[in-house]
Amino acid sequence: MINKIAASIADALAGTRDGATVLIGGFGTSGIPNELIAGLLEQGARDLTVVNNNAGNGDTGLAALLKAGRVRKIICSFPRQVDSHVFDALYRSGKLELELVPQGNLAERMRAAGAGIGAFFCPTSYGTPLAEGKEIRVIDGKPYVLEYPIRGDLALIKAERGDRWGNLIFRKAARNFGPVMAMAAQRTVATVYDIAELGELDPEAVVTPGIFVSQVVMIPRVATQAGGFKKAA
Amino acid sequence: MAFTRRTKDQLAQRVARDMFDGAIVNLGIGMPTAVANHLPPGIEIVLHSENGILGMGPAPAAGDEDYDLINAGKQPVTLLPGGAYFHHADSFAMMRGGHLDICVLGAFQVSATGDLANWHTGEKDAIPAVGGAMDLAIGAKQTWVMMDLLTKQGASKLVERCTYPLTGVGCVKRVYTDLATFECTPQGLKLIDAVEGLSHAELERLVGLPLRAA
Repeated sequence: MINKIAASIADALAGTRDGATVLIGGFGTSGIPNELIAGLLEQGARDLTVVNNNAGNGDTGLAALLKAGRVRKIICSFPRQVDSHVFDALYRSGKLELELVPQGNLAERMRAAGAGIGAFFCPTSYGTPLAEGKEIRVIDGKPYVLEYPIRGDLALIKAERGDRWGNLIFRKAARNFGPVMAMAAQRTVATVYDIAELGELDPEAVVTPGIFVSQVVMIPRVATQAGGFKKAA
Repeated sequence: MAFTRRTKDQLAQRVARDMFDGAIVNLGIGMPTAVANHLPPGIEIVLHSENGILGMGPAPAAGDEDYDLINAGKQPVTLLPGGAYFHHADSFAMMRGGHLDICVLGAFQVSATGDLANWHTGEKDAIPAVGGAMDLAIGAKQTWVMMDLLTKQGASKLVERCTYPLTGVGCVKRVYTDLATFECTPQGLKLIDAVEGLSHAELERLVGLPLRAA
């Protein structure tokens, strides 16, 4: 019998190795798998490379993992936010390596990894500092930049509902990077607020089919908190 | 002769006037966001947000915020009937695949031929952050910029060559400013309109570049 439901986050994250590349879903605070990040903090793996759109908000979640000195390198599109003080301090003191990637390349490089694509030519960043040192090719008169896949050892994503085969549906714009990260990692762990019986999720509405998911953990529902912008006084 | 700058609202209105019925539009963070408040009545525009939303609606009423439904600036929004959610690779395929009709971005500098600089001031100690700017700039059918024409020091932000790091090459089609509206072409700038009382000669002096009449 296939049963991807993990009894606990600790069980799901056991065996995460030092030096792993961890893809962490979310955009700002929406879709950030806070419970899994807390689990990774507890699990103890070090020297991690983290891929996320941002570089943490406030002092919790990804920021806490950075603060604990567990991350060697972060690959992201938009580290600087009004509440990214943990990242800012580590970056400025040279304790954290940054690979800045345009957001579309971040998504597509992971999609490529998941789809078995060796590399791709993309128009984004041509003629900019972010294309320096990269191969350029003119195709049908238009210049493109060569980009390579980003593979994860582990993806941590937040979904809304899942079943024991690992099928997932998401909630609103919290979907963001979840589906591409699930494709791109060797192991994908998803949290859900509810576990469905097999057949209960509408097959027409499944967003991430179970083939891309290794383990599903149910967590109590917590409302997503604000973050990443200046609140009106 | 005396002239008056367009206010932020008047500038947003000027941009909104050029939108067309049925357009799929991405409004960048900052000044462009205001365009949504000035769309002409009777036309239907579908707003795209990079984090996976088409049919984005206005901010929710106080107390109804849902932080799983936010815009690119991470602020709470709503979804209009007919709207849809999708993942990031699809969202950026919409941009890079040329499916968006118009994107409106802010800028530090734009060159006469449409090079855009809007992500980095090039200062050594600045933390770089690019987000979706480079994807948006080169992907939409039309990229429009909305900015004040002059810096606080009075220097033109429309330039012969950008001195700030580029976001995209030759990608800007139109530039809407507080003083005038321009078109960027491979041959240089064309003037579309200017605020009342601002002469062609005076505007050329402010910009420091030749302006062809449209």
